[in-house]
Amino acid sequence: MDAHAHAHEMPWIRRYIFSTDHKTIAIQFLLMSLFFLVVGGLLAMMIRWQLGFPSEPMPGGMLLPDEMMAPTPDGAIMLPEFYNSLVTMHGTIMIFFAIMPLLVGVFGNLLIPLQIGADDMAFPRLNMASFWMAFPAGLLMLASFAVEGGAAGAGWTSYAPLSASGEYTGVYLGQQLWLISLTILGFASLAGAVNYITTIINMRAPGMTWFRLPLATWALFITAILILLAIPILAGALIMLLFDQTIGTGFFLPASDGEPLLWQHLFWFFGHPEVYILILPAMGITSDVLANGARKPVFGYHAMVLAIVSIAFLSWIVWGHHMFQSGMNPMLGTTFMITTMVIAVPSAIKVFNWLGTIYKGNIHLHTPMLHALGFVSMFIIGGLSGVFMASTPVDVYIHDTYFIVAHIHYVLFGGSLFAIFAGVTFWYPKMFGRLMNEKWGRIHFVLTLILYNLVFWPMHSIGIQGHMRRIYDPTQYEFLQPLQPINQFITVAVFALVAVQAIYALNFIISIWKGKKAGNNPWKANSLEWTVPSPPPHGNFEMVPIVYRGPYEYSAPDVEEDYWLQDAPPPSETVAPVPEPQPVAD
Amino acid sequence: MSWMLPESFSTFGPDVDFLYYAILVVTGVVFVITEALLVYFVIRYRRRDGQKATYIHGSTKAEIIWTTVPFIAVLGLAFISIPSWNMMKNPDSVPADALDYIVNAKQFEWEITYAGADGVTGTADDISTINIMHVPVNQAVNITLRSEDVLHSFFLPEMRVKQDAVPGMDITVWFEATAAGAYPIGCAELCGNLHTTMGGTLNVYEAADFEAWVASQSADADDADDADDQEDQ
Repeated sequence: MDAHAHAHEMPWIRRYIFSTDHKTIAIQFLLMSLFFLVVGGLLAMMIRWQLGFPSEPMPGGMLLPDEMMAPTPDGAIMLPEFYNSLVTMHGTIMIFFAIMPLLVGVFGNLLIPLQIGADDMAFPRLNMASFWMAFPAGLLMLASFAVEGGAAGAGWTSYAPLSASGEYTGVYLGQQLWLISLTILGFASLAGAVNYITTIINMRAPGMTWFRLPLATWALFITAILILLAIPILAGALIMLLFDQTIGTGFFLPASDGEPLLWQHLFWFFGHPEVYILILPAMGITSDVLANGARKPVFGYHAMVLAIVSIAFLSWIVWGHHMFQSGMNPMLGTTFMITTMVIAVPSAIKVFNWLGTIYKGNIHLHTPMLHALGFVSMFIIGGLSGVFMASTPVDVYIHDTYFIVAHIHYVLFGGSLFAIFAGVTFWYPKMFGRLMNEKWGRIHFVLTLILYNLVFWPMHSIGIQGHMRRIYDPTQYEFLQPLQPINQFITVAVFALVAVQAIYALNFIISIWKGKKAGNNPWKANSLEWTVPSPPPHGNFEMVPIVYRGPYEYSAPDVEEDYWLQDAPPPSETVAPVPEPQPVAD
Repeated sequence: MSWMLPESFSTFGPDVDFLYYAILVVTGVVFVITEALLVYFVIRYRRRDGQKATYIHGSTKAEIIWTTVPFIAVLGLAFISIPSWNMMKNPDSVPADALDYIVNAKQFEWEITYAGADGVTGTADDISTINIMHVPVNQAVNITLRSEDVLHSFFLPEMRVKQDAVPGMDITVWFEATAAGAYPIGCAELCGNLHTTMGGTLNVYEAADFEAWVASQSADADDADDADDQEDQ
């Protein structure tokens, strides 16, 4: 291919910095979002320090400026306004600059062209632009910590009027940078979404019918549609709030005849599809990895696709469940309760089909498989705890408590992040040509699963006792004081949880150079990315692949091996036995 | 660590707690079954060399069952929740004999006004207090919840009451306490730098004690020739 030859002539800066190759862009998104994952984790540790040991000097706190920490002779004590910034920025960074780019930016870019048999994205330059909007947006978000008044402090949901005027928080520029940064990131997401949708519709290899797509690609396709429809709503709301902040429009300020609840409606009309943007790709990745680990076809492939599509539809009519206690008409509360209960059904279907997938399998517990099983077991908890909030009378009590904090972390950490660990480990060879270390991978998985549950399981319990979220000092409330030992326990567990992530980081970094060479298909998987070298060359495929079957033909009786590549011609059409694809020498 | 709700002391308590425990049982059963199957399958079907997995693509019958059963279960949970929700939040459900209060939230305090003997707010016999709410036991109270600045959320954990206060809106909140005592009031919506300090106390009195409290406040008001002396925590 022409593109193949060109790759070697490209200057360094076009190959590694301003690359249009989807695989390079995937790696760029990966490095960016892992960086933000670390930042978000550090913010979480500071939050937990304050909650476990309220108003005690924070280790290392003297390094931070006086606007964040109040210096005392014994050390620096966190200020409440900095605590609010930490809570806001932890949520914002984890959701928008870690989980979302990891799932959509990394796996969307890496997997879509490879899994459908395309040489690249439909719009490679737009793809490059997507990364180069997302990265500066992230830097801008970080920079807001350094401006006068500090970073945004109205929560990651930035409810108006608190967010709409600096007079309520003392944060002016920080909140504006938050809004501008997310608007720029929104454009990056839109560029990615347009690309993914166009690529999947138009560039599938011959024989790659819709129902031969791997579920990871199916999930990314539906996710891209959700992004395309949801992000403009967010962008509109962000710009309105920015106008309230800067030129006095008052869309959300009652003093100017504005409407605070309008912000919540707009934010959650985007925000609930966003929740599924953050979980659907994780579900797709999990399906691919589970089938591979179990050496079995995905149970109920069509039901899985249907479940993804119905989640996507239903995600547009459940946003009001974030607003049961907001002052919204109680009749609407009833309506949203029913739609919210119904959206639990497709999630349940997916869980049962995952169980069906490993049933009667021949289960290889490789590291990605362990993480995929971790995803299923934690997503069950996160899904079930959602039923409590869906019931409006129960939500009255648990809304805005640590029960919700536990729920979101079971979905986004226990769910999405375990799937991300599964996916990164599974497709690492397609980025770096080598495998991550299995032994350390398993150690990291076991420690993470245990510590993760030690952190978030007790949060259900303190939520049930009435512990509100986003409070700077729980001991201010007499009835929360008996819960303080649990708060301290959680804090200690968080520090350990973050510490063991060093194992993953080291494994990731060292394996780039020292990992075992992967060859084309280290996991004996079926989909098209495993028919090409690791990492695939610029342009991916030597020749356009022809697809004969679905991606999950594991343990088929017609072939001797327990896997069957999608592009291997069927036995009836072959004269000689089909040769195994050979790894290409580096 | 516990999954048990703290004891409730309002007429909403039995409804909310019943629904909570019903969901706890339903989800608990699903949790145990699915997690147990997951672990069992991983052990039972672990890799054995020379063995192939069973080649199954799915089962329409299974899909129909595990679509229908959860669908009926969650709709059932929704429908048994509706009456309690209407009772708690629908302004039409407020009993006619409820005592009127205004709770005005602002950074960072609750300004609580009792309508007084005439039962009408905005008159001379109103009694205003800061962060402390005084109500009689076994008597419904009807609160008009307001905010002066940002969102707050009026949270009475033992009463199973939570409602955001929204500037520009008058929101009806009601409850009826079933035991005398002192209970916490919290702010459950991030409202600014000192959000964490926005707590208060709900004092629930026996009828006679409530009368005595009202009388003492009226006497104070007469002394001060004004109703603006406010009780601080």
